[in-house]
Amino acid sequence: MAIEITRPGLATTIQDAGRPGYYHLGIPLSGALDQYALVMANLLVGNDEGAAVIEATLMAPEMVFDADAIVAVAGAEATPRINGVNAEGNTALALKAGDKLSFDFMRLGARICIAVAGGIDLPMVLGSRSTYTLGAIGGMAGRKLQAGDRLAIGMPGASAKAGRSVPPELVLPAPKEVELRVLPGLYYHRLTEASADTFFADTWSVAPEADRIGYRYRNGRPLQFTPRQPPFGAGSDPSNIVDAGYPYGSIQVPGGLEPIILHRDAVSGGGYAMIGTVISADMDRIAQMQPNNKARFVKVTMQQALAARADRHVRLDRLRAALAH
Amino acid sequence: MGLPAARYSFGGDEHVFVEISEEMSLPAFFKGMAICKELERRAVPGVTEICPANAAYQVRFDPDVIAPDAMMELLKALETEVGDTERELPTRIIEIPVLYNDPWTHETLMRFRERHQDPKSTDLEYAARINGKASVDEFIAAHSGAPWFVSMVGFVAGLPFLFQMVDRAQQLQVPKYLRPRTDTPKLTLGHGGCFSCIYSVRGAGGYQMFGITPAPIFDPAQGVPYLKDFMVFFRIGDIVQWKPITREEYDGDLQQVQAGTFDLRIRPVSFSLKRFQANPTAYNRRLQEVLRGD
Repeated sequence: MAIEITRPGLATTIQDAGRPGYYHLGIPLSGALDQYALVMANLLVGNDEGAAVIEATLMAPEMVFDADAIVAVAGAEATPRINGVNAEGNTALALKAGDKLSFDFMRLGARICIAVAGGIDLPMVLGSRSTYTLGAIGGMAGRKLQAGDRLAIGMPGASAKAGRSVPPELVLPAPKEVELRVLPGLYYHRLTEASADTFFADTWSVAPEADRIGYRYRNGRPLQFTPRQPPFGAGSDPSNIVDAGYPYGSIQVPGGLEPIILHRDAVSGGGYAMIGTVISADMDRIAQMQPNNKARFVKVTMQQALAARADRHVRLDRLRAALAH
Repeated sequence: MGLPAARYSFGGDEHVFVEISEEMSLPAFFKGMAICKELERRAVPGVTEICPANAAYQVRFDPDVIAPDAMMELLKALETEVGDTERELPTRIIEIPVLYNDPWTHETLMRFRERHQDPKSTDLEYAARINGKASVDEFIAAHSGAPWFVSMVGFVAGLPFLFQMVDRAQQLQVPKYLRPRTDTPKLTLGHGGCFSCIYSVRGAGGYQMFGITPAPIFDPAQGVPYLKDFMVFFRIGDIVQWKPITREEYDGDLQQVQAGTFDLRIRPVSFSLKRFQANPTAYNRRLQEVLRGD
């Protein structure tokens, strides 16, 4: 049983729960950028919640199934079409052998997870099927999907069935303006007081250079770093540091101009000062931002970050309970 | 060792970031590495990634298993406990062949001349001049004279950052490109600030380009003997000795790489920071004898 990709879309890759444990060698976590959508799509079709799915960005792919299959789509708002006929998102759909699955454009949100009962069955690399394109590992030959690719499907689980759907209150909206909660830290003290204020006061928009490695933002006021004698090995720009590791979600501002938030395909380190980190509960939200969507950064404490994390766990547990049968 | 106390900060709710020192130095690198090794040995539940880097390190943890404050306190305790003990590092010394001034990085640097500080020179000519060397050959002799420590692995998969084992006055320093290039040949030997690196994959880069090595250092297909165990070759704490080679030697090595028979000269060695600091020149000579003695 297999899927043939007939149109690849813009940036379509295989992703799962990710590949932890190798960041110290420069191999990042990877995995679906919106992990809530990954869990939702998988549970809808009766898979383990971390099974491999097709992740599509902005412009979805088109594919043909060579056998009957149960399929679900979660994440961005994009109507699935079976042989050109609209079908429901956030719902387990029954496809027949020979059916073509395509999508309307993504009205809100930037990424969908397409789960198939049985999961995408490609070889594991370092414990994961996730594609890491910079290192050319995982997924389909370590690259984005191309027309003509054939993806093998695993054995569907016992609970795979069509018709299962997500209660509307558990579907997360992907608004065009969001707040991203940030714990200041790392090299935050290197910013001037005025820049520390404008960073949180300004409204930023997503630049076209936004991908799985990092999201770049613009249209806020430039940020100034306190002048200093460069430490040995750091480099001469005030935004430089001696090359160090970058946390997932950390925000760097090369030259003080455009903040970049690193995501799950992060470069693992480098020489730019990071001024804080987006909290873990808001990383899925970044994944659903389209170019030109607006963000405001909101300063939070560790206590607030942990409370938001707990809220996310509660929502995931409600999703698991709602899709258990 | 004269290092100030480290600086601790949270990177969101899942990371502790520790800056051992604002500036790069061998003692700072060794202190961070020692703390990371001890943390790894303890196998603390909830710790998911331990990433040492030059003069800093970060730990990724699951705050549902270990509370952020407890995580940070543990790292502070480790600093007190192992931070200033004497450093004896069991490691390996590796000879990496380099074709300096090669045609491929030359072609690339000519394409990006408008992003460079000195468009009229090549990267090597520029680096030689600003480091007070009379010629490119003299610069290459300094670069390949003393060995280098792998002080960080990352940026992208398997890319080593290297720090030369010489007094600060002899460190080779060059700024990065004014604007990063959009292309760098795979296995380019680069240099930015006081660090050299080997680009493990083709792609963007801002370091000056000095040469190229035929030796694969990251290969998911694990095609050469020294990559059979793992697709990434370098480990933090490895010692590297560059070996300048000719175009003929480079072509020969490349044929062996394609045949899957290419291997590297690697010898085990124990490194003592204290004895190194007492006389770096003599200590480096002894390291080179270990590498080339048989």
